[in-house]
Amino acid sequence: MATITIEGVRHVANLARLEFNDAETEHFTEQLARILDYIGKLNELETDDVPPTSHIHPHQVFIMGSQEGAAHVAKADVVKPSYPREAVLANAPEPEEGYFGVPRVVDRSH
Amino acid sequence: MLCELTAHALHEKLKNREITAVALAESVYARIDEVESHVKGYLTLTKDLALEQADRADAGFQKGDEMPALAGIPIAIKDVICTKGVRTTCGSKILESFVPPYDATVMTKLYEQGVVMIGKTNMDEFAMGSSTENSAYQITHNPWNLDTIPGGSSGGSAAVVSADTAVCSLGSDTGGSIRQPAALCGVVGMKPTYGRVSRYGLVAFASSLDQIGPFTKDVTDCALLLNAICGSDAMDATSVDVPVPDWTQSLINDVQGLKIGVPKEYFTPALDPEIADSIQRATAVLEGLGATVEEISLPHTEYAIATYYIIAPAEASANLARYDGVRYGYRNENPENLINMYKKTRSEGFGEEVKRRIMLGTFALSAGYQDAYYKKAQKARTLIKSDFDAAFEKVDVIATPTSPTPAFKIGERTADPLQMYLSDVMTTPASHAGLPGISVPCGFVKSGLPVGLQLLGAPFAEEKVLRVAYTFEQNTEHHRRKPQIQTNGVVSS
Repeated sequence: MATITIEGVRHVANLARLEFNDAETEHFTEQLARILDYIGKLNELETDDVPPTSHIHPHQVFIMGSQEGAAHVAKADVVKPSYPREAVLANAPEPEEGYFGVPRVVDRSH
Repeated sequence: MLCELTAHALHEKLKNREITAVALAESVYARIDEVESHVKGYLTLTKDLALEQADRADAGFQKGDEMPALAGIPIAIKDVICTKGVRTTCGSKILESFVPPYDATVMTKLYEQGVVMIGKTNMDEFAMGSSTENSAYQITHNPWNLDTIPGGSSGGSAAVVSADTAVCSLGSDTGGSIRQPAALCGVVGMKPTYGRVSRYGLVAFASSLDQIGPFTKDVTDCALLLNAICGSDAMDATSVDVPVPDWTQSLINDVQGLKIGVPKEYFTPALDPEIADSIQRATAVLEGLGATVEEISLPHTEYAIATYYIIAPAEASANLARYDGVRYGYRNENPENLINMYKKTRSEGFGEEVKRRIMLGTFALSAGYQDAYYKKAQKARTLIKSDFDAAFEKVDVIATPTSPTPAFKIGERTADPLQMYLSDVMTTPASHAGLPGISVPCGFVKSGLPVGLQLLGAPFAEEKVLRVAYTFEQNTEHHRRKPQIQTNGVVSS
């Protein structure tokens, strides 16, 4: 397994929408490299013929369908009341005219 | 003091009208006044709400109604579970002022029982940690020794039950976050099978691992809380629609004929010798009561931590993408543009451990590395799960230490994240396999700190786990010992 460089940390930080100063970048590079080195332990395992586990109850989808032959978890498409707009906007940092306000993304000069 | 008693003992007193729920709630708040400034287990106290709920429970008892087992019982809730109208921070600055517009399914179920919510408990930020030192707000102190950590991430929920500032509590367990703090604080803590309890309203950390569960003063209370919170839920597609038995029926004081496996891989040089002794004595007790105890092997145990620190951060990096400052939570006030707002908001709002795991997870899922890390870890997860599948062909329950060491000193492991991660070595394997697991008090090391015995069952075999835990408890006295909390040099027991 590859290790991680300062450039790599900068790239990943951008993907994760985080930003670090130079000292933090160096600090994280060092720590992540050490953690990844430990994780490299997984290379000892022969896994070519091993299927991955993403979920512990693969039969789940059948159980949830409940009726015989049902093979997926889709619920009936019924309209139900949602939360009132005010309740949803109550936690918004900058609500604006009933919407979530964000910094301008469209340049008005165009 | 009333707040020292178990929920089932209190229920009898409430039912017989020996006490009122209001007096019980007052007793808990009086205890909070006495020791909370030293323990620091709570982030928010909800006294007005609690007294209202207690009043309602009293009205029911006075009318002579048939009241649920948890009516009027004071409970604390980990601050990662959404409570309508009550601030829910996840121990993070980014959710400092977040007030959920809805209740988690477990809260709806508990309110139907008529519980009294005392407050919301401290935790590692977004449940990422093993000591509760990653909270953005405060450090919780272990009631058994205030210089030590209570474990984590549900350290607050464990400490308040141990300190009698709550009768019981809820926590969440992703890689051991209920079982490990229960062990370090000398209380009972259980993670049910993945899918037993709805995760609706549990703020997501690692969705394929997260599960809600109880902290209690004994195994009987654990069964009562499971009765209240288990069951499938249309709001959580990963909750499983299997019958939920009355768990109190599993409280059978008899282990004759049960096979208990002790995995040799858990007894490494990293295991504190005093804890190894304590576990050996505990399994000897069970053997003396008629269980068959045999050594088993779970050969992939040593890969569990490496696997966990890929899978959990990978899922976390996706789950935590929602904290962007747009719809709720903290937002940076002077962004240059939208992308810059996301970056500044997240960099200022998240603590260091959360950033470290987002970075680790984003890296493990990034182009060119996904197969080498994420997929490799998912395959290792299969191997770990297969070990357990094979073991449960031969034994009913697996017994191990819950934590390799007793509670460690505050600050001791914060400088070295990898060292902190290794605290979870005994609990993460069962998390990968989604197994039910309980930690029960099984002794004390010479310094006076408690030791936990972890009992694991096959998926949905909680009944056997509870039966062994109950039998052990009924035949030992460890769970009766209470911490002596040092308040300004004055011992407060």
